[in-house]
Amino acid sequence: MYNYPDSSGHFGQFGGIYMAETLIPAVEELRQQYLRFRDDPEFKAEFAYELKHYVGRPSPIYHAKRLSDSLGGAQIYLKREDLNHTGAHKINNAIGQALLAKRMGKKRVIAETGAGMHGVATATVAARFGMECIVYMGAEDIQRQAPNVFRMKLLGATVVPVESGSKTLKDACNEAIRDWVTNVESTFYIFGTAAGPHPYPMMVRDFQCVIGNEAKVQMPEMIGRQPDVVIACVGGGSNAIGLFHPYIEVPNVQIIGVEAGGFGIASGKHAAPLTANAKVGVLHGNKVNLMQDENGQIIETHSISAGLDYPGVGPEHCLLKEIGRAQYVAINDDEALAAFDSLCRFEGIIPALESSHALAHAIKIAPTMAKDKVLLVNLSGRGDKDMNTVARIKGITL
Amino acid sequence: MSRIQITFDKLKQQQRKALIPFITAGDPSQPLTVPLLHGLVSAGADVLELGVPFSDPMADGPVIQRASERALKNGMSLRGVLGMVAEFRKQDATTPVVLMGYGNPIEAMGWEVFAQRCAEVGVDGVLTVDFPPEESHEAFEHLQRHHIAPIFLLAPTTNEARIQQVAKLARGYVYYVSLKGVTGSGSIDLSAIEDKLPQLRKHIKLPIGVGFGIRDAATAKAVAKLCDGVVVGSRIVQEVENSTEQNVVANVSKLVRELRQAIDQ
Repeated sequence: MYNYPDSSGHFGQFGGIYMAETLIPAVEELRQQYLRFRDDPEFKAEFAYELKHYVGRPSPIYHAKRLSDSLGGAQIYLKREDLNHTGAHKINNAIGQALLAKRMGKKRVIAETGAGMHGVATATVAARFGMECIVYMGAEDIQRQAPNVFRMKLLGATVVPVESGSKTLKDACNEAIRDWVTNVESTFYIFGTAAGPHPYPMMVRDFQCVIGNEAKVQMPEMIGRQPDVVIACVGGGSNAIGLFHPYIEVPNVQIIGVEAGGFGIASGKHAAPLTANAKVGVLHGNKVNLMQDENGQIIETHSISAGLDYPGVGPEHCLLKEIGRAQYVAINDDEALAAFDSLCRFEGIIPALESSHALAHAIKIAPTMAKDKVLLVNLSGRGDKDMNTVARIKGITL
Repeated sequence: MSRIQITFDKLKQQQRKALIPFITAGDPSQPLTVPLLHGLVSAGADVLELGVPFSDPMADGPVIQRASERALKNGMSLRGVLGMVAEFRKQDATTPVVLMGYGNPIEAMGWEVFAQRCAEVGVDGVLTVDFPPEESHEAFEHLQRHHIAPIFLLAPTTNEARIQQVAKLARGYVYYVSLKGVTGSGSIDLSAIEDKLPQLRKHIKLPIGVGFGIRDAATAKAVAKLCDGVVVGSRIVQEVENSTEQNVVANVSKLVRELRQAIDQ
């Protein structure tokens, strides 16, 4: 039976609690409090209530029929996380952690963000529960994702630009950790993805599993059975693990994670540690496959989508790859953009550039499969935030 | 007996406290690191903490972050740092050298190769900021095999059970982080240190060094009265940053001499 992480937070050789001593008691307290409330009926009921009435769950599953017909192969279904309040799956986890923060008496929350979706989700729940909110965001990402920066500010959050390193998600993580070590007693770190020190990979996964748990009920209702393949994009991998985890022990469901191939794996300019077989290393509190040079320095990644532009990946994905339960592939920038356009034109849905990677892989494999096969793609977010990026690439001034 | 133990034993006999300065290897340039280390010793340093630069120094404030960036730009690697220690040892066989940094460069090299190289070049201790005792089993085993001391951090947030855990694993000395924050931040709370130390001493029989937030001679003097050694990092790295390649050794030596005098008073 698949049962990870172990009690010390390890997913096989991956995961763990690689943090500075000052923060170890904080992650230990978080672990204890999470385990205490995870199965608490009142906590579960409040989480379920918020997901239903505030987020708008369950998110529907939609048969992308025109797109599927155009490809002439397998049927593509979309899990519509883009329809959630705030426009992505990130809110599921942000609510879960905010409810925990509330019970732990923390009035100040911090977050890192790449594309800004987790920052917006955190700013949203902070407003919802009356907490002070600080969001760390790479200066480069602030440029790429201006609308989300404005949304966070409207919601009352302070957005702190991070100028160090590559000025993207990993540097925002570093800065959030520095804040946490300084304000450890007053502050709850709402971590955005299923990575970081234990218990975050487990906790974020558990909160995101609502995606896969709903799908497991919805697919049989729609088509009388489970899909043949589930597909999701993987940066840190929270939307993916949320969809995948409930399917791990379902036989005959193939699991495919799609990483950001950037300019192509061969170019070295990508953010696909699993596809590129990156060496195992330690960053941001956990041991994972990590893009690094021969001296163990973390290398700069590239992706058109800020949310996937990260050198590591959650530990459970590393394990799923290692044990062969999931397969990981990369989709390049241009393939993701083509998928973005296809979904706009065939289905009237503007997907996030992150989710466009998952969609692109479905578009790639659908024609090679029979028409009665079913691909379930997690449409993890909507593309409103990407208007500037896409316009710039198309040479259009807004 | 290890160089670290010999050093602390000697200081104890003399009723003096250890001065433990930190610099980042390769900052401001690779050729200046070994001269800087010798300068630190001449100015009165007892133990040297040599920072191994890392691309993502999560526990460090802006001063040491910038030093790491400069060092990496200068091509500094873990391999290179080990070479510098070998070079340093040609002229100094007695001053303990502790490598301080993050775990990933060592993971990339492999702990066994690293520990063996440490023993060959004359490294005495290793402190990996992001490897708490829970994740240090492998590291500990390899370091122990080659008689390299694993140095552990304790923090104001560390509870008694964890102090006991560290007491079992630590060798050389224990580094008490005097404040909640990154390196170079905040200002030190002497009474808080004074309150915490008896709890530490109850379990830790090794010398205890205190660091983080020690910016001037007066603070160094006050802290020295409470513990066995004073660690000064960001203030020295700041001096490196503010100096030219021509005067950096002289400037840093002058600062360390002031700290030495204050501690010995």
